[in-house]
Amino acid sequence: MKISNSLKRVIILELSIPVALLILGIYHGLMQTIYRAGILHQTSFLKLEYYQGLTLHGVINALVLTTFFAVAFGHATIAFYLKKEPDRRWTWISFWLMVAGAVLAAWAMLAGKASVLYTFYPPLKAHPFFYLGAALLIVGSWIPLFNWARIYVAWKKDNKENKTPLAVIGTLVNFIVWFVCTLAVAYEVLVLLLPWAMGFTTAVNVTLARTLFWFFGHALVYFWLLPAYIMFYTMLPKLAGGKLYSDLAGRIAFFSFLIYSIPVGVHHQFSDPSISRGIKFFQGFLTYGVAIPSFITAFTIAASLEYAGRQRGAKGWFGWMVKLPYLDPDRYLFAYLISGLILFIFGGLTGIVNASYSLNNVVHNTAWIPGHFHMTVAGPVFLAIIGMSTYLYSKTAGKRVFLPKLNVIIPYLWSIGVLIFSTGLMWGGLIGEPRRTNLGMTYLNRDNPLFHPEWVPTTTLALCGGIIMFIAGMMFILVFFGTLFSKRKEEAILELPVSEVYHDEKRIPLFDKFQPWLVIMAVIIVLAYTPAVINATQNPGPGAPPFTPDSPVPIVTEKTK
Amino acid sequence: MAVLDKYERRVLISLGATVALFIFSILYAKGRYKSDVPECLPFNKAYTEPKVNKIDSTTYQVFAVAQMWQFQPAEIYVPVGSVVDFFLTSKDVVHGFDIAEKNANMMAVYGNINKTTVKFEKPGVYNITCHEYCGIGHQNMQARVIVNYPEQ
Repeated sequence: MKISNSLKRVIILELSIPVALLILGIYHGLMQTIYRAGILHQTSFLKLEYYQGLTLHGVINALVLTTFFAVAFGHATIAFYLKKEPDRRWTWISFWLMVAGAVLAAWAMLAGKASVLYTFYPPLKAHPFFYLGAALLIVGSWIPLFNWARIYVAWKKDNKENKTPLAVIGTLVNFIVWFVCTLAVAYEVLVLLLPWAMGFTTAVNVTLARTLFWFFGHALVYFWLLPAYIMFYTMLPKLAGGKLYSDLAGRIAFFSFLIYSIPVGVHHQFSDPSISRGIKFFQGFLTYGVAIPSFITAFTIAASLEYAGRQRGAKGWFGWMVKLPYLDPDRYLFAYLISGLILFIFGGLTGIVNASYSLNNVVHNTAWIPGHFHMTVAGPVFLAIIGMSTYLYSKTAGKRVFLPKLNVIIPYLWSIGVLIFSTGLMWGGLIGEPRRTNLGMTYLNRDNPLFHPEWVPTTTLALCGGIIMFIAGMMFILVFFGTLFSKRKEEAILELPVSEVYHDEKRIPLFDKFQPWLVIMAVIIVLAYTPAVINATQNPGPGAPPFTPDSPVPIVTEKTK
Repeated sequence: MAVLDKYERRVLISLGATVALFIFSILYAKGRYKSDVPECLPFNKAYTEPKVNKIDSTTYQVFAVAQMWQFQPAEIYVPVGSVVDFFLTSKDVVHGFDIAEKNANMMAVYGNINKTTVKFEKPGVYNITCHEYCGIGHQNMQARVIVNYPEQ
């Protein structure tokens, strides 16, 4: 379909700005593996300090790229399926708020005033602009939800008996989860941290801040993941040459994410003090609930791909696996999505380990954790984002993909890199290698008394994987900007691949409206989080003064003097 | 017409069974092997002074205090077979506390007390590694539990 120039420009900017920033984000990803393998024994390289770079890596890759992309993809999905564009003025306000937020936070990080990592746990204090930037980015990303909800309600009025398109359900679920979970982090940032960082309050309750952060932090991973799920359900079967096995399974999966994404955050705090074992167990139990939609998806998508393989002439039990269009440059999106799915098998299984209550003692905060999440967020999420960024950009700008044969092998190369990298990290984690640590200074430095020889093979393996990932990442940057700087060759249109449905089940009203699910969502969140917040307010003692990363002496403000 | 395809339904049922098995395993480990997450204690100022208390010949309490960028006490001597209760807090930012060989894993948080119990059955040196970023000196932060030091 044709779209207005305004919407086209917003989508293109929201896709290309984070890809430009990604150059820095990926660069420091590679640098970390070099430091950690003990090749560099220094605090900084080329004026970028290790933990400053680690903060940039996390914030750019996991917050800025993902949020900008989710908004752009949401605009595209809603406009494409409901045939109506979001309000022009609010779309631009949302865009400028997100850009302003990203610029403020980027300045604080690049100036070295916010080396607090993307989790910004107090009482480590960042520059106020870092918190303000995060808040603006989030508020900017809220605005489209209200626009899309209005479009959806109007569409529903005219289509009472028609099923809402699955991609629309997915997009709305995703941004409702995002809106609710970011309320907690907005409270943390604007009420607890910003006044404290500016010296208006003297102490902060660290456990409460962490609890609010993880109310947001785990739902965040589904906010990353759901755009990829929308692509798996509504595009992948079509790209493979088949049909979606079950439309209803997709609806069940998306509504399960709506109710289970948030009340599971305490499983990131299994090792925290002041939160009772009961609530940790209960939220660990609910985390298994959120694994269910992923299992459903694994079956439904595999069944859809099997159908596609058979349509293409496959025989026997496993023949369909070799009959899929893995290396077709015209269907490169298939390559990006299938590689992500394969990585997600391992990402999902290791995630179940993390959620398993006392098993967390084995892996908590070790290198196992980044080993796990590089097979989720740097797996299906990242591959879906970069594949779709190239796709949406080339369609809406009317351009042909630069180096199409190179483009189609990028996801496979990336996946090989991730598998090697994550194997190294997870192996290291199981033998105590910590995450978020400049290992090259001490533990991987032969001249240091803290040298740990058993982490040499694990960090070397991660380095090898990291180099492969870096090469694949730079190939993507080349393809994306090569496309961007090429001349327009085709008509500029908004077009998404649309899968037909194999089992087109009867419309079940329960799976075609939001109200009952929103009620269940609210009830479970209240049940799961009321005791956690009570624990976090009552068990801790005095609040903490602010500290900067370079000194054990707290910052003295006018109030504390 | 069935609401859901029969294979789709079978997958849902086997999923339910798998999740039930996982939950049973966690509960079994909790009951049979006392495998659990750290204990939840309200804040008490008594734990903020680093020290080692010997309760009897094989029972110890360690009040561990994490700070930028060391643990106090930095070296803890106990005999083989000791059961040690670690009470952990932080003087400043958030720190980690990981004795990897013993799967003892806690966060040290200002104004909060964390607790876990470890039994040291074999002689040796057990590193306590800080595994949460705590500022520019984070990679230096390690303490040791020394089990059956010959002189002790």
